[in-house]
Amino acid sequence: MADPVLRVENLTKLFGGLAAVNDVSLDLHLGQVHAVIGPNGAGKSTLTNLISGELTPTSGSIRYLAHGEGEFDLAGLSSDRISRLGIGRSFQKTNIFLPFTAFENCRLAAQSRQQRAWRIFRGASRYADVNAIAEHSLQSAGLAERGQVNAAMLSHGEQRQLEIAMCLATQPRILLMDEPLAGMGPQESLRIVALIRQLAAEHAILLIEHDMDAVFAVAHCLTVMVNGEVIESGTPQAVRASAHVQQAYLGEAHGDTHD
Amino acid sequence: MRSKLTPVILFVAVLLLVAFPFVGEKFYIQLIAKVMIMAIFAMSLDLLVGYTGLVSLGHAAFFGLAGYVLAKAAPQYAAANFWTTLPLALGACAVFALFTGFLVLRTSGIYFIMVTLAFSQMLFFVFHDTPFGGGSDGIYIYAKPEIKIGETALLDLEDFKVLYWFTLGLMTLVYLFLHRVLDSNFGRALIGIKTNEHRLRALGFPTFRYKLASYMLSGTLAGLAGYLAALQFGFVNPEILSWHISGSVLMMVILGGMGSLHGAALGAFVFILLQEMLSNQSWFGPVAKHWQLAMGVFIIAVALLLPHGLVGLGSTLKNRRKRAGGHG
Repeated sequence: MADPVLRVENLTKLFGGLAAVNDVSLDLHLGQVHAVIGPNGAGKSTLTNLISGELTPTSGSIRYLAHGEGEFDLAGLSSDRISRLGIGRSFQKTNIFLPFTAFENCRLAAQSRQQRAWRIFRGASRYADVNAIAEHSLQSAGLAERGQVNAAMLSHGEQRQLEIAMCLATQPRILLMDEPLAGMGPQESLRIVALIRQLAAEHAILLIEHDMDAVFAVAHCLTVMVNGEVIESGTPQAVRASAHVQQAYLGEAHGDTHD
Repeated sequence: MRSKLTPVILFVAVLLLVAFPFVGEKFYIQLIAKVMIMAIFAMSLDLLVGYTGLVSLGHAAFFGLAGYVLAKAAPQYAAANFWTTLPLALGACAVFALFTGFLVLRTSGIYFIMVTLAFSQMLFFVFHDTPFGGGSDGIYIYAKPEIKIGETALLDLEDFKVLYWFTLGLMTLVYLFLHRVLDSNFGRALIGIKTNEHRLRALGFPTFRYKLASYMLSGTLAGLAGYLAALQFGFVNPEILSWHISGSVLMMVILGGMGSLHGAALGAFVFILLQEMLSNQSWFGPVAKHWQLAMGVFIIAVALLLPHGLVGLGSTLKNRRKRAGGHG
């Protein structure tokens, strides 16, 4: 297998005496979806926040093989720097610019790649390249028709879609998706699952999700976390078969798979 | 809040202001010139408060600093050179903003208010308590700066009408300048910071640099207002650095409508004209001494009834009618 584009090694985050993430290691490869599952409080979101730079790890490393720029240790870099290196994230709790239109949300996200802030006399809407990226990301997330609607007026599911569209508009190589399906209707969920599968062809994706059907539909690799620790990691089939995991986690949701 | 009529109304307002010196008395022409200087000051603060989401209670520091730079740089009994003293005053404000910005922008919310206040108070005491600053008596500027090209004077600022139009021109330029800036990539990012800074950082914006740039631009434009004020009054004293001034300009912005440039300018007009009216003894007799009481009531009323300030009057009424219609 090719070298991983992101390699998390022995990552630990302590909050006081509590190890929210404890000695976690995992790899992300281009072209693959790596799903992280586990019960609430397992440390999945903390893991995302450590990789995206919202939190600083207590110990461990996050090595990122940037496109043609060599290797970076992301641990301790600021979240904006990490984003500019090509790592995009979507938030578990919808985190968008409510007073702006859906298009402006994505336009601003696309602007982040070409900030050109010194051009203070040129209208922000007059960059064709940025507008095209914004339109395209809206379309990918299924919001092509909703661009001119204020984000605050979108339905909950549409706001979740916008969250993903904004992430796409930053044109990342690695996508960190924190429960992208939470609160979405079945129709929208199918659309996003299809989108994730499509995106996986060219991106490396870290997917945190509670919807097991979706996870097993798209994941190439699965890591199970409980209480901040990895208890199992491997292909979905292997993880599904693991007695360890069934006992700790899947046992409740997939109670019918006794063997 | 911004209707299609807004540019038309603003254009007419500027035309009326241009025409005013042909009909007004000297006292009122000078008063309106002072109001327009404060309008520049208020717009500069609005960039920070209304568009970047940083509420400063120390904006008088820039206003006063620029005034003092003019007073110190001017020869005692001759006219200063406009072309050198203005860049010097603005440069001093930009540098002061750069240094203080590095520190104050590490805080936010109530702490930002406190730290900006602290810095402006420090500057106040530097000029108040040192011989360098002329103490509490201040410094006179006997002659207004000259605007010359070669040996020909372009404008005679000693003429109060010329000074009025000059101020009007600068106020209009500052408005147009900020209007363009706010629509640029830079401006959109500032509004993003005000709305949701955390998310903007996650999208890859180095927000600290944007805030610092906004702080410097805001401080420099406040310096322009301070330079003009010192020029018009012919006098600086530590009062122009005091927190009263910072508080007044913040009230102008809130009164007119945060996040609206013409709102901030309108706030300056209403605030100063109302102050002038309420403290007029021939109108209000002995009550005029207590004008601050009436002003306080007015500001509380606006804050309670008009959440978007005076410029939001139209939309607030419309919303209210819509809501009433919905229930009925």
